[in-house]
Parts: sequence; structure tokens; C-alpha cells
Amino acid sequence: MAIKVKFKDKNDDFYKKIVELSGEQVALCDQCGTCSGGCPFIEEMDINPSEIMRKVMLGQKEVMDSRTMWICASCFTCTVRCPRELDVSKVSEALRQVKLRTAIDEISIADISKEEAKKLPTIAVVGNFRKFTG
Amino acid sequence: MKIPYFPGCTLKTTAKNFEISAIASAKKIGIDFIELDRWNCCGVVSSLTSDDLMKHLAPVRNFLRVQEMNKQGIVENENRMVTLCSMCYNTLSLSNKRMKENADDLQKVNDFMHREEENYKGDVDVVHFLSILDEYGFDKLAQKVTKPLKDLKVASYYGCTLLRPKSVGIDDTEDPKILENFVKALGADAIDWDAKSRCCGSYHTVNNVDIVYRLVQGIVDDAKKNGADAIITSCPLCAFNLDVRQSEIKDKNPDYQTLPIYYFTQLMGLALEIDKQDLGLEFNKIEPEKLLKKLNLLS
Repeated sequence: MAIKVKFKDKNDDFYKKIVELSGEQVALCDQCGTCSGGCPFIEEMDINPSEIMRKVMLGQKEVMDSRTMWICASCFTCTVRCPRELDVSKVSEALRQVKLRTAIDEISIADISKEEAKKLPTIAVVGNFRKFTG
Repeated sequence: MKIPYFPGCTLKTTAKNFEISAIASAKKIGIDFIELDRWNCCGVVSSLTSDDLMKHLAPVRNFLRVQEMNKQGIVENENRMVTLCSMCYNTLSLSNKRMKENADDLQKVNDFMHREEENYKGDVDVVHFLSILDEYGFDKLAQKVTKPLKDLKVASYYGCTLLRPKSVGIDDTEDPKILENFVKALGADAIDWDAKSRCCGSYHTVNNVDIVYRLVQGIVDDAKKNGADAIITSCPLCAFNLDVRQSEIKDKNPDYQTLPIYYFTQLMGLALEIDKQDLGLEFNKIEPEKLLKKLNLLS
């Protein structure tokens, strides 16, 4: 039996925004769970990547409250395995950007201790700030 | 052969051992790395959104330097730009791909860089040193080896950015072989293992180090389970996590058995018998010499 999935009208803009930013047709996701199955960060996530896809598909803006998009490190393991060839890493990036573009950063320099700052390589700090600040 | 070389920020600081061992090893087989004049940071991670064109400016600006090197005759007809750092390789390659495939984006980026003497024409190729070695031929490399790394059991760690996404990966995403072929060419044993392309936790090392501890321990445990004596990498961030964070795991659990971490070029230098000071082993955190001395590979 065919099931019709309808986007909530009031949230339609949110879905469109994520599709536009990520360039991915999130509604094509089959919910097979391959992305969640192979994700090396799954233990730290509160919602699975496949659930993120589902919530975006349904325009559920509450997905922004999840920590998952911040835990995703763009390792592209899901991306190379998705049978629908969807780039799930890009969807995570789009979600992060929606938040960061409201000028709310996820990290501030003050959060890093002086001792750690001395130890950390440039590549770690620049990479981190590129993902966690707007 | 002279080839334009993009070092990237970390190769000049914590990963100095990677740079000096690579340059000396490449020289031994007749490849001269010519460092780009005025190179700038690539941004480490690639911007993955459709609009954020501004973030591709930094990678692309470096390609202009390669064009200039050809124009000035510093290199001859060499449109390739070699990188050592896997993350630079990935970020530069993804930006380059976007410019090559999207004329509008290339035009916008060029318009923004109007103070540069030339436009970027879109014909530079970003290549990783491992791909250069593959092209050189691992059989040929094996012939250049003067000190085979006999009995050294090596786990080849690819991490993420050498392989993924597929469009810029240097080898098969699920079953890569290039590092193993390299290891065999040096006369060492390439062990087979599961964690070779599992993420090490990357930049979470800055503010969520527990994730990195868990992932690093999983990677090192898998290497040990499969009989490795050491792990090699081509990423300065993976190296930091595997080396420094692994030594912190040991600090917390004194019974924990660590594995030394080397840049692939340090083992290459060892097998080609470059000067010991060019191996830069003093920059490695987990004691790197004991194992090599035990196998009579280092005096």
C-alpha cells in the first residue's frame, strides 16, 4: 500500500532551506539505515543520521535541538555507502550552517585551556573553528 | 622531476617531521618538491554548502601560484601541485573540482581575486604524494630501497580524507591498497586490518577529546589484534590524535601497550637511508626508535 508523506506547510521553508544549502534531495532517502549503521560517531549521537534525514524530510525543525549535527565530523563514511547516493555529510553541514548563520557559535576560544592550546596542532584548531563558528 | 609543492600550515609546525622526511625521500628518487611562493592556508576542511563560495577562495588562490611557477619557468609544463597532508589534499581537490565543473563559480571567484595578475584557468591538478609514488611505480621504488624494512609489521592507516568522498579519493573507498603496496615496496610487512579507514575523531580533539580517545583506542586495538608493530599515516591531524592522544591514554592506564606512529615518509626515508636527522624522529611523541633499533633498522 502506498503511503503519502506530506510536509507540514508551516515548516516547508525549513525543508527547502536544507535542500538548498546541502544540494541534496533529502526526500529521496529510503530510510535503509546504512548511514547510521556505519557511522563511527553513533555512540555519541542522540539521534541517528537516518533519523535526521527523516526529520528533515518531514520538515521537523526540532531536529535543530539534536547534538548529532555537531558530532558529525564530515568523515563521509555514510556518503560513500548511501545506496541512494545522498551526501548525508552535506545535510549535517547545512544544519550546522542554519544555526551558525544566526551568529551563534558552538565554541569560543576561551573554552580552550592555555595548556591545550599550546599542544594542539594548527590543523585541529582551524578545522574545529571552521565547523563550529560562523 | 620538479613539481610545485603545497606544504600547508601544520607541515611547518607540529608535522615538521612529515615535511623533512618527505622532501629528503623524494629527492632520493629524483623528485624535487618546489615550494609554492606565497602559499596560504587551504582552510583545513572543505565547505560543504552550495552557496558558501567565499570559503573556496583560499584553496583556489594557491592554484594561481602554480600557474605563475610555470609562467616564470620555475617548473616546466607541470600543472600538478603535490600535497603531503591528507586534509589539504582533500580540501584543495574539492575546491578545484568545483571550479573545474562550474564555470559560474570559477568566474565569481576570479572576479573576487581581481587584484591577482591572472585568472585561475582551471587546469591545475592537485595530487597526493602517494599517487606520485604509485605513478613512479612501487616496483621501481622497491629497487631504490637500500635498507629493506625486514620484519617490520605495519598497519596502514588511511583515515578519511585520502579516500572520501569518492570524487577525490586516491583509491577504493572500502578496500584501498596503495599504502599497503607502498609498505611492501619498502620491504616491510603490510598487515590486513579493519580500522584502516575509520575516522580518528578529527577536530573533536579540540573540545570533545573523549570521542577521540574512544576512536583512537579502537583503531590502535585493531592494529594490535592483527599483529602490527606500528601504524603509518599521511595526515597530521590523524598523527596528532593517534600519537599524542594515544600517549595520554597510556598516561591514564599505565598497563596500556602503545604502538608507535610514523608518517609514511619516515619509513620511506629509513628504507632509502636518508640522513637520520631528516627522519625527524624527535618530533614523534610515542618513542619511535626502540622498535626500529630492535629490528636493526636504526643504529
